[in-house]
Amino acid sequence: MAPSLYVMEYYLVNYRRTWRASVLSSLVLPLLTMLGFGVGVGAYVTGGVEGVSYLQWMVPGLIASTAVQGAIGETTWPVISSFQWVKNYFAQAAAPLRVADILGGHLVFMLFRVVTSVAAFLLVAALFGALRSPWSPAVLPIAVLLALAAGAPVAAYTASVSSDSYLAVLMRFAVLPMSLFSGVFFPVESLPAVLRWIAYALPLWHGVDLSRAATLGLAPGPEAVWQVLYLMVWGVAGWFLAHWRYRSRLVI
Amino acid sequence: MNSLIHARGLIKRFEGFTAVDGIDVDVRAGEAFGFLGPNGAGKSSTMRMIGCVSPPTDGVLEILGMDPRRDGPRIRARLGVCPQLDNLDPELTVRENLTTYARFFGIPRKVARARATELLDFVRLSERADSKVEPLSGGMKRRLTIARALVNEPDLVLLDEPTTGLDPQARHLVWERLFRLKQQGVTLVLTTHYMDEAEQLCDRLVVMDGGRIVAQGSPRALIEEHSTREVVELRFATDDQGTYAEKLAGIGERAEVLPDRILLYVADGDDALAEVHRRSLSPASALVRRSSLEDVFLHLTGRTLVD
Repeated sequence: MAPSLYVMEYYLVNYRRTWRASVLSSLVLPLLTMLGFGVGVGAYVTGGVEGVSYLQWMVPGLIASTAVQGAIGETTWPVISSFQWVKNYFAQAAAPLRVADILGGHLVFMLFRVVTSVAAFLLVAALFGALRSPWSPAVLPIAVLLALAAGAPVAAYTASVSSDSYLAVLMRFAVLPMSLFSGVFFPVESLPAVLRWIAYALPLWHGVDLSRAATLGLAPGPEAVWQVLYLMVWGVAGWFLAHWRYRSRLVI
Repeated sequence: MNSLIHARGLIKRFEGFTAVDGIDVDVRAGEAFGFLGPNGAGKSSTMRMIGCVSPPTDGVLEILGMDPRRDGPRIRARLGVCPQLDNLDPELTVRENLTTYARFFGIPRKVARARATELLDFVRLSERADSKVEPLSGGMKRRLTIARALVNEPDLVLLDEPTTGLDPQARHLVWERLFRLKQQGVTLVLTTHYMDEAEQLCDRLVVMDGGRIVAQGSPRALIEEHSTREVVELRFATDDQGTYAEKLAGIGERAEVLPDRILLYVADGDDALAEVHRRSLSPASALVRRSSLEDVFLHLTGRTLVD
């Protein structure tokens, strides 16, 4: 464990230069969201959704989506740079670090970024009265789980591609549709069956559903256990895939 | 344990080709050991295996008495690696590049800071300590990479083409620093295709070609074994130097005809030149010089360009 923390420390030193801009943007995004969707779009959704206001309904989804965006943001271009541009992974591989430390350290830093931006979002949402339950902080561990479920397989994908144009493909054909059809902005029940099942298969919807239960204070049913397990499967499978891909690049 | 590196029948195969084809190497503590060879000779593959980032396909390899297949991290903790292409972090400062790297070895922050200051002084980068890496010159970056390789006070330093791409001033500064390290008793293993670098730095070296070792020994011994003491370079005012080759027959051990000149490998250059003149041949220019490692190298690995 300690060696991967040394790796994370390296990313933190790097982050120190940009943290102000990064913290600012993780506050601005939720602020704009509250105003744009809560006040703007919400004004048209007069009946609310599932018995709560549109803002209250949508905020947990957006927090989950922020976690996924953060996870994918840190496991796409930064990963390709670590292999190809800055090549810091190779510098790390020459030190007494194992592939698991190199991958783990980067993912821990990714989780740090996700947790801070989710915490900022929660704070702003609380100020706008968009959280209805004292269980709302449970969104944080859900975000960690969701970030691993999305970030680890994406790290595996990025480690497998030769150029960053494949990342644009991933964004356009996987990340964007997942963000749109995972119940963030409207209930998945209004989707045609095929799309709905795609939403169920991908990790984001489960994170959205769990986060929503947390901030709206809905008692989680037995399906919540399955959702947690399902996200774990994504995370664990993603870890092994990424480890395999990293190894094939770093140990040749 | 008397060898820091011990290899027997070491082989590295990639899909479709054999990069290292059964080499035997022993590097002792305190010596500077060189791998010479043209591009594609297998030098870098060998270095990567020694650096424990590339498992051997076959054969015996022991580094610091340990098995790289099993003890990779433990061995790497005692190695310093200066790769062929710098992989410094351009966004970090010069000092941060050293301190963050030191942390990968579990070195406490305070010790890392002290060591960074010391090493920056050693590679003459103290004045740039707090500037970013990106605008540094190639020579400065290479010196920083060397400093980074020393941050864990390694027993064995691996340098893959340490001066390739540097201008003469920068090369000489790097050589001088490496020489200092050697004097301090640090064991150096380097690859190079610069013969002057090998002659300057290496106590012992092997010449690799096509994944095999084709010669080994000290620079002096290699010259004695594979070349003559002196070389006479003759240029004749003609398009075809070859027409003179016959007329020079019998002078020295062997002659080599190049497009622009003829090389005579001889024991005594002045005697040979006198003989050339006695045969009434008048070259446009004639140069007598001592044999160098370059002659050995070209003799052993050929003049054909390898890309």
